[in-house]
Amino acid sequence: MSRAKADEDDYWNSSKFTLAFTFDEEDDDYTRLKESKKAVNSISALADEDDDDDDVEKVSWSGEPVGSISWSVKETASKLRPAGDSRELGFPKISASPSLPKNNSVYSLSSLFKGTAQYSTLDTPARHYAPELRKPKCEYKDYISNWSPQETILKMQQGKVVSLERFQSLQDKMLLLDKAVDGHDGNIITAVEVLFRELVGRETALRHYIHYLKESGEQKVLLDLFRSELLQYKHHLTITDENKRRDFLKTCLGLPFSPEDSLHVQDHYTLLERQIIIEENDKQVERTGQSDVFKRFPRKASILNMPLITTLYYSCFYHYSEPEGTYSSPANIRRTFKLAEKQYFLTALAARAKLKAWTDVDSLFTTRNWLGFTKKKSPVAFQRVLDILHKNNAPVQVLEVYVNLLEDLELKINMAHKFKCHDVIINTYRDTKDKKQLLGYQKKFDMSSAEHKKIADVLNNSVRNTHTLHIRYRHTQSLYSKAYTLTIGCSADLSRQFKTV
Amino acid sequence: MSPHATRRVFTSKGQTDGCSPPLSLIPMAQSIRRDSPELPDFSLLKRLARDQLIYLLEQLPGRKDLFIDADLMSPLDRIANVSTLKQHEVDKLYKVEYKPIVSTSDQLCFLIRPRLQSVKWICDVVNADKAAGKFRRYKLIFTPQKFYACENVLEEQGIFGDVTTDEWGFHLLPLDDDIISLELPEFFRDYFLDGNQRWVRTAGCVLHLLHSLYGPFSKVYGIGRCSKMAYESWREQVEEGEQKGRDGEIGSVFLFDRDVDYVTPMCSQVVYEGLVDDIFRIKCGCVEFGPEVTSSDKSLKVMLNSQDKVFNQIRNEHFSNVFGFLSQKAKNLQTAYDKRCGMDIKQIKTFVSEELKGLKQEHRLLSLHIGASESMMKKKTKQEFQELLKTEHSLLEGFDIRECITFIEEHINRQCSMIESLRLLCLLSLTENGLLSKDYKSMKAQYLQSYGVDHLPTFANLKQLGILVEQPTGETLTAMENKVGKLVNDRAAGKLTDAFSSLAKKSHFRALSRRLNLVLERDGWTGLEEVTRLLNGQEFAASGCSEADGKARSDTQRTILVMFLGGCTFSEISALRFLGKEKGYKFIIVTTAITNSARLIEALLDNRA
Repeated sequence: MSRAKADEDDYWNSSKFTLAFTFDEEDDDYTRLKESKKAVNSISALADEDDDDDDVEKVSWSGEPVGSISWSVKETASKLRPAGDSRELGFPKISASPSLPKNNSVYSLSSLFKGTAQYSTLDTPARHYAPELRKPKCEYKDYISNWSPQETILKMQQGKVVSLERFQSLQDKMLLLDKAVDGHDGNIITAVEVLFRELVGRETALRHYIHYLKESGEQKVLLDLFRSELLQYKHHLTITDENKRRDFLKTCLGLPFSPEDSLHVQDHYTLLERQIIIEENDKQVERTGQSDVFKRFPRKASILNMPLITTLYYSCFYHYSEPEGTYSSPANIRRTFKLAEKQYFLTALAARAKLKAWTDVDSLFTTRNWLGFTKKKSPVAFQRVLDILHKNNAPVQVLEVYVNLLEDLELKINMAHKFKCHDVIINTYRDTKDKKQLLGYQKKFDMSSAEHKKIADVLNNSVRNTHTLHIRYRHTQSLYSKAYTLTIGCSADLSRQFKTV
Repeated sequence: MSPHATRRVFTSKGQTDGCSPPLSLIPMAQSIRRDSPELPDFSLLKRLARDQLIYLLEQLPGRKDLFIDADLMSPLDRIANVSTLKQHEVDKLYKVEYKPIVSTSDQLCFLIRPRLQSVKWICDVVNADKAAGKFRRYKLIFTPQKFYACENVLEEQGIFGDVTTDEWGFHLLPLDDDIISLELPEFFRDYFLDGNQRWVRTAGCVLHLLHSLYGPFSKVYGIGRCSKMAYESWREQVEEGEQKGRDGEIGSVFLFDRDVDYVTPMCSQVVYEGLVDDIFRIKCGCVEFGPEVTSSDKSLKVMLNSQDKVFNQIRNEHFSNVFGFLSQKAKNLQTAYDKRCGMDIKQIKTFVSEELKGLKQEHRLLSLHIGASESMMKKKTKQEFQELLKTEHSLLEGFDIRECITFIEEHINRQCSMIESLRLLCLLSLTENGLLSKDYKSMKAQYLQSYGVDHLPTFANLKQLGILVEQPTGETLTAMENKVGKLVNDRAAGKLTDAFSSLAKKSHFRALSRRLNLVLERDGWTGLEEVTRLLNGQEFAASGCSEADGKARSDTQRTILVMFLGGCTFSEISALRFLGKEKGYKFIIVTTAITNSARLIEALLDNRA
């Protein structure tokens, strides 16, 4: 008896897995936080005793305190909402305003620069306030008509009224503009440009003019002026009708894009063209209730204008088994847009897992060699595969298959713990002869459970199997020592750091 | 994933922190550690802005409705409240929503940023009133300044004479004791992408304002074209106004263009404040914690600044150090509460009147930050996040690049967060000095396939800024890295790099602050010309106007203003705070806006109409 026991002890290695990292409750910091929280909560009874008239709270917990501006704005908004909603007000169109001849306007910008008395009454004497910081901007005493370009810009920067009338020749205008650019004041640059509305070869000034046009929504002028292909392409975003948008994209194909960008735009056009066809067809199918999958998973949104990968996902979801000839089949999309294996694989995996079509998932990995043996292969790491499957609530039996395919022993144990693949865990501990972990793990289960019994069997059979297992032991030795070096560094302190970095 | 990989913490290229000693063991750069000077009182800026606003409101006597730009609501909340506005006859408050209005007031006041869209909307409102035969008075208040382009719209729409316009010089909002923001997030895109200089003078005004209130500055340093222009704009304004001689409260001024360093803001943040910003988004110094943090059914808006005693102690800490601190705090709190057991009545009375209130406040703060940490922890320990961080670290240290590329590819293929994917691509390009041509083409194609071809202009934007580019063929890629690397190993800087490598563990700490520090040491860019040239910088150093002397001078000299044109991150602020503590400086951060990786990327997206 005692000899058997000694044998057994010899057989078992001491535990090499400090319960390797898990991301759940056992976490050191997490427990500490939890404890702190408990401690804080436990004393809340006292703290809450006379809570109401605590001015400390009102000061520092101004979660939009009554009286704040944001609060008040919300109040007005909520009061007004019903009225605003019921009658959708539109601005009455005023025919007069846009057609108002600019030159006749009494308050035209040029009159402002001329410094008429009228303007000065409009300009409030606000700047007299805090005179140190802000001098009055409108001192029309200052007005002299023949300032140099330099002086003119300076006066404009000070907000004074200036006359730009004398800058009439193109040369003078350019000079003024150059001075404005030298002054690094965008406001002035734009002001000068707006007055002259003449295109110039000065880059900074040009950029301001572009920005001004962009901001004032004059896309057309901009397009005509610069013929920027990206800008024109961007215009499609404003077209809501999908057929018109497609037609517009078609016109973009001829634009002088770089070779790659031109391919992207081509793809965009092709994609939208396909999407329109698929959408029309699927809408019909969904309405008539012909297809089971549409009934079980009604479409949440239309596929129009979705990215390519989303479209592929959609097609893997609703049209998985279709032959390559149809536009909506995954194979067709993959071929048309020359998608990489990884892109296709990840998307198909996500879609089939979402549908819980585990046989489809399985066949994604299965390859057959020329002898007819099957083998599981994946273009991405199995860890990533597990991630995706787990997120889609794959059952343990499915996860187990892929956990077993992990080569790194430590990773395997961690993943098995994470997904509660008991068989994998027990087998791994058995193979590494980790009695301590096995015993510890056994405690997690009910006496009557299958896992408990399995661990008991492993433990009981160990001595009898010493010989056979010995070979196995040597086999796993290399893997095991790798895991050992990894775990030994994980003292409590370090592992904490490592989890939180 | 191996523990080695995740334990590795980012340091500057080529170094690992494996053996960096704890902070207390690092020899200080100076033998006598000076205390950091006191910060100037920036609440003055708030008062100034408030008084100016009140003055402007009084320019339109009588009851009026006020329409506020959505972007201005939070900043306005920081300096005034509803009762202030009501006292000056503001009747109702509305948000500018570009919809027809329902106000019945006969006076309307609009508080807006100088954007053409807002002005056009106001024109529509006025014209609609005209058509309906309604007579009202309108006042447009532009902040921080009005642009000629706005007035041009008024003119074009024929309502120039129907409205009055004004400027509210609300340039600066102090977010905290040492952070002042212009609250102009559009500065970044306007200047760096569109090449629009309209905010340059604003930056100059800001310098002028700070100079007249807290100056004169003794020295001004800067890197970048925009910094230089802002500096020149400021000098012009100084020349315009008179200068009075007095002792300043701020010594040196540093100006940085954001494009000098894109690596730091493209990294995930790991200091507490930065992480809170990355995950919950701090807006105008205020964060909204959802039910998962407050463990109740409501969300809570919380101010995050130095007034929050608990926050103030953890804001600059690496996230992993925060738990220990919080749990210790919780224990202390428990002890403090427990004290009351066994007290007599008199003692209890003193306890209640003197300590209880403080304890209760601390208790609230503590439970809130524990809740926030817990919620962040849940996100951070997700495997995906761990992998993301591991990839970032590899990129920064420049190894396993092929693995990183595979990870990014799969991230894209699986249609994970569109912003994160783009961020990783940018980080790859920035750290590798551009992508290999075939990688660039393939990654771009995969990105467009996953997130839509609409992103073509986005890629053009990123290319234009040099954030995501193809490697120029046939050139060695590490020229710049070699130079920067050499700089760091420079003798003169040697003692400092020690301090920095330990800091690197605490935050992503990049070249920017390192350079700043060197400039402080050397009193100029001397010897760094080559590096600044490689960093496409236009560096300059200029002596200021004052030569005050004596003790006042030394305190002032150690108060340093750092202005970021295009935004800065909380990690960078933490790094400066750390540097200040180590060297006895006090840094004041002025930024056009607080930014982070997501905000930067979002500013460059161009897939919307």
